[in-house]
Amino acid sequence: MNKKLTVPELEALSKKTRAHLLKMIHDAKSGHPGGSLSSVEIMLSLYFNVMNRDPADPEYDRFVLSKGHSAPLFYTVLMEAGYIPESVNNLREYGSILQGHPDAMKTKGVELSSGSLGNGLSVAAGIAAAAKIDGKKTRVYCLLGDGECDEGLVWEAAMMAPSRKLDNLTAIVDRNMLQIDGCTEDVVCLEPFPDKWRAFNWNVVECDGHSYTELLDAFKQASEHKGQPTVIVAHTTKGKGVSFMENNVGFHGKAPNDEELEKALSELGEA
Amino acid sequence: MSAKGTRDAYGEWLKENGADKKIVVVDADLSASTRTNKFSPDYPERFFDVGAAEQNLVAFAAGLSLGGKKVFASSFAYFETGRAWDQIRNLVAHDKLDVQLVASHGGLSCASDGASHQALEDLAITRVIPNLKVLVPCDAEETKHALDAVMKIKGPTYMRLRREKEPILEKSYEYKLGKTAKMQEGSDITLTAIGSQVNFAVEAAKILSGEGVNAEVLNVHTLKPLDRDTLVASAKKTGRVLTTEQHQVNGGLGGAVAEVLAEEYPTPMKIMGVKNTFSETARKQSELIAHHGLTAEHIAEAARVLIKKTRK
Repeated sequence: MNKKLTVPELEALSKKTRAHLLKMIHDAKSGHPGGSLSSVEIMLSLYFNVMNRDPADPEYDRFVLSKGHSAPLFYTVLMEAGYIPESVNNLREYGSILQGHPDAMKTKGVELSSGSLGNGLSVAAGIAAAAKIDGKKTRVYCLLGDGECDEGLVWEAAMMAPSRKLDNLTAIVDRNMLQIDGCTEDVVCLEPFPDKWRAFNWNVVECDGHSYTELLDAFKQASEHKGQPTVIVAHTTKGKGVSFMENNVGFHGKAPNDEELEKALSELGEA
Repeated sequence: MSAKGTRDAYGEWLKENGADKKIVVVDADLSASTRTNKFSPDYPERFFDVGAAEQNLVAFAAGLSLGGKKVFASSFAYFETGRAWDQIRNLVAHDKLDVQLVASHGGLSCASDGASHQALEDLAITRVIPNLKVLVPCDAEETKHALDAVMKIKGPTYMRLRREKEPILEKSYEYKLGKTAKMQEGSDITLTAIGSQVNFAVEAAKILSGEGVNAEVLNVHTLKPLDRDTLVASAKKTGRVLTTEQHQVNGGLGGAVAEVLAEEYPTPMKIMGVKNTFSETARKQSELIAHHGLTAEHIAEAARVLIKKTRK
């Protein structure tokens, strides 16, 4: 459960992960491919290199998926990590443990139910604060979407976490520039986005969210930074890895049909 | 009859129990008003003020509970339920987190601040949420019993407390979470009350007793899960049920009682509360209680009318 992969191993796993989550969404005939594909490298870095996930260690690291619509990616990662049997293949089906959005009551490895946007960072801050009270080495990671940052609660949490010096908290924003109604800058302007976090007293690290080398370096900087929480603004491409899904807002919440899946898998070399 | 505020009992209880390291308290810039400031000086490492940010209050409390803590999160009843309903529903209640939402200034007890601050819908919007217990102690003494009770269980609770000093009532029952308490036995009508209205229902029963009417008074300190058995047994005995609450007539105690009786023993009812209107400012809570027709005399009069209408 706690294996650490090298960059080449992670890169190999990226394609397999993309193919798997697309198959899940295709079979369910609904789900969110765009924001799942953009977060692949972030999630795989966390689960297979950065986080201490030793279940026997009371100071294990915690993960909160605030952008709950990346559930197909989350489930794929939890399968690869051994929390969910790989045989489970019924996303969004009646009775499935793989709910449309993550459900902590049904799925092992899901710490917090999510789906209603904007809640995760505040919860992650609470987990980080509890760890501080107990003097634990636990680090807490929270993955947010950029469109999600329209939610006011994100900024309530963003104000509070530095004031409590929660340097055991790392937020990662999947900055793919697209939300349901279009470009984030056209819907409600988020920029200057990193500066907003800086103004809220966060340690800000920007990186290419599809480069494992850059991501792992960003996580290292986050873990070494003292006195402030860190936000990693990970610049990504929505729909990454599948040409006709990239930067295409139409695939925010639409399943690929048979033909599209076949094409996607062939592009990923996983046909 | 001595008097004390339910919020004051909460502050005392936090101070008395604060040495328990599981307990963490969160407030949203109202710690002097909610009385969590009785806890914060002794245990600053386990006290968090998130500022005027109620969504953060509840979501942060959810995180603390995921970190293994028994969390008490406090604000005014309206703000805590009205501004943070999503976080109560989707985080605290859905995931059955050990978060106690203990809110002050419920009902008309926030009289002078006016409509924006008065919680008259909180019982409706909390009792519809699965997994969430809804507790409304009738006085300061019962507040401490309720807090003791939630310490013994795990899971989420909404507890509505109030601002003003209120009489400590005479009780002959032992507090049991989930068990409606009988303030007095009777056979002619059931006066079902919640929170500070319990006192007025008891007073109304005294008035009625002088007229030869023998009223049963129920104290619904646990609105959810509602004790169906006690309610139905009382309705079968008296054949008339009146409810009284400092809450909208829709969706609160009256609604909860009607839901049970409609299914199990349809009974003529009178639902007394704030009649689908916003309230307003008053320097004294008693002025608003009179304005909305919720005094002991109002309850007695409504009981007379219900009895007349349903004479056997």
